[in-house]
Amino acid sequence: MDFMYILSSAFETAIGPIAAIYALAAIGLNLHFGYTGLLNFGQVGFMLVGAYGVAVSVTTFGLPLWAGFAVSVACAVVLALLLGIPTLRLRADYLSICTIAVAEVARLLYRASFAQEVTGGVYGLQRFAGDFYDANPFPPGDYGVGDISFSARDLWLMTVLWGLVALACLVMWLLIHSPWGRVIKGIREDEEAVRSLGKNVFVYKMQSLVLGGVFGALAGAMIAINQQTITPDQFMPQVTFYLWAMLLLGGAGRTLGPVLGAVVMWFLLTVFDELLRSLSSTGILPFLQGSDVGALRHAMVGLTLLLLIVYRPQGIIGNRKEMLVNVK
Amino acid sequence: MSSDPTPVDRMAGVAPEPGVTKPDPILTVDGVRRSFGGLTAVDVEHLEVQRGTITALIGPNGAGKSTLFNLLTGFDRVDAGEWSFEGRRLNRLGGHQVARTGMVRTFQLTKALTRLTVMDNMLLAAPGQTGERMWGAFARGLWGRQERANAERAEALLERFKLLAKKDEMAGSLSGGQRKLLEMARSLMVNPSMVMLDEPMAGVNPALVQSLLGHITALRDEGMTVLFVEHDMDVIMGISDWIVVLAQGRVIAEGRPADIRANKEVVDAYLGTHHEEPSDTAVPAAAEPEEDR
Ligand SMILES: Nc1ncnc2c1ncn2[C@@H]1O[C@H](COP(=O)(O)OP(=O)(O)O)[C@@H](O)[C@H]1O
Ligand SMILES: [Mg+2]
Repeated sequence: MDFMYILSSAFETAIGPIAAIYALAAIGLNLHFGYTGLLNFGQVGFMLVGAYGVAVSVTTFGLPLWAGFAVSVACAVVLALLLGIPTLRLRADYLSICTIAVAEVARLLYRASFAQEVTGGVYGLQRFAGDFYDANPFPPGDYGVGDISFSARDLWLMTVLWGLVALACLVMWLLIHSPWGRVIKGIREDEEAVRSLGKNVFVYKMQSLVLGGVFGALAGAMIAINQQTITPDQFMPQVTFYLWAMLLLGGAGRTLGPVLGAVVMWFLLTVFDELLRSLSSTGILPFLQGSDVGALRHAMVGLTLLLLIVYRPQGIIGNRKEMLVNVK
Repeated sequence: MSSDPTPVDRMAGVAPEPGVTKPDPILTVDGVRRSFGGLTAVDVEHLEVQRGTITALIGPNGAGKSTLFNLLTGFDRVDAGEWSFEGRRLNRLGGHQVARTGMVRTFQLTKALTRLTVMDNMLLAAPGQTGERMWGAFARGLWGRQERANAERAEALLERFKLLAKKDEMAGSLSGGQRKLLEMARSLMVNPSMVMLDEPMAGVNPALVQSLLGHITALRDEGMTVLFVEHDMDVIMGISDWIVVLAQGRVIAEGRPADIRANKEVVDAYLGTHHEEPSDTAVPAAAEPEEDR
């Protein structure tokens, strides 16, 4: 077993494009849950409309790539309004039920045969990311130090993605350290109290839902760009649960919590996958088949969350003082 | 209260009858009704609150006091009726819109924003902040000065309510009584012309009650109108200019403290069912300071 190989590939994943995509989507979830207290269990729905915003615009309608991103953002705004207008005046659980349902319904709609002409149905869409890779400023080749190396393509993706993550963090930091952020956090604590002080709670919750959803849509759009092909079935509900796991692992209600959570989670997942794979290939664990790795990985995420709740409920960089405050 | 040796009758010439009109009402309620299933929780035919006074709303548990507060402040929907504040009809306004008209309420079950600091609780309440709009939030230059002015005002209020030492602590670390004080101070940050306090003294340390009463009378003397729900008869009789008695959702009596004390119906309805103490100890004890009238 080659530990150096396992560690370096885990490190590559942790700072690679996928981790950045998840970090971006988790930042949106952090605004929803960590700061506003909105229980969004359908962040994957925003990623879906974001991914298809780009793919459909470019492949089906022949629009330029930048217009595709604009369509992604617009779709996220529409989805947030659809979700928020009927539910945000009601008790908190209505939103969570709606988010999980609407995200799943959206996936089924996008894969339906009547939508095939636009979305490609179950076959999805391809060939829309060309402009992105044509703009790659890095000459072809491998870049890296030691055992860690990335292709020029990945380096370009990582530059754009971590740039987006940094921008999202900056936006979040500015917002949260402003009077707007104070109202948002007040709503998380008790929305009736905030309303009694003359703040239009509905509008704030809507703004939070929209902005967090836009972060999700941008993450989705970058999934499409990264893979250069998308199908509806990669936007399954478990994507949202991975995002929740990352957010809670890193620390909800902290600017860098979701980013750290995504990085650490992808690191651990890769170490785990590679360990199992090399163990099963050496035949030490004869009962273990290659196909079991995926299932065990879910179990590992569950176990991590369990340990987290027991030993460090505030997450890696969560504020213990805030966590321990007597909420009643 | 005994600290006020020459009580002024701010309600001179007003007859102690349910639904009586007042010379300068800030709040007027007409036919407001609310029922929950078969239970009529509130059924107020006519009620006026005189500007610049302390009006107590009393009545046994379940009389509908909190429900009336909720209805008037836009936190519940009336089944019928209308009400106006400063001459403006408030029907259909949401809770935040009512607060912006200058009528700010607190809650019977205290709502401190626990994972915000005491200072942030105060600052949040300041009205019309540029930085509380999403786009304004990015331009610190636009709201920094406003924030500092609000912080100064907040500190003055916290000082007054003896919470200044706690300003950087989480509101959730305060005691129940301190949370009541914070909620009251916070409501004042909105710059209201009328505050509606739902049991502001409940759970407050008796030593603090006296100073809290001092704050309430001081607010009234500065021109604010105060409507408050309270159970402690000494407190009610001591500081109220006017008392409204609610029983089973209806106003059964109104009047100065002396009128209420002499009202047989009230003593039966209120003290009879709610108070465990015999009424002859509770009422005369509160009566003492007023004896010289
Ligand atoms: N949301 C509600 N649903 C059903 N019944 C309610 C509700 N709110 C209040 N009530 C009932 O209305 C009556 C008045 O309650 P409330 O206004 O809280 O009384 P008070 O504040 O005077 O003690 C009580 O009988 C109470 O049980
Ligand atoms: Mg009550």
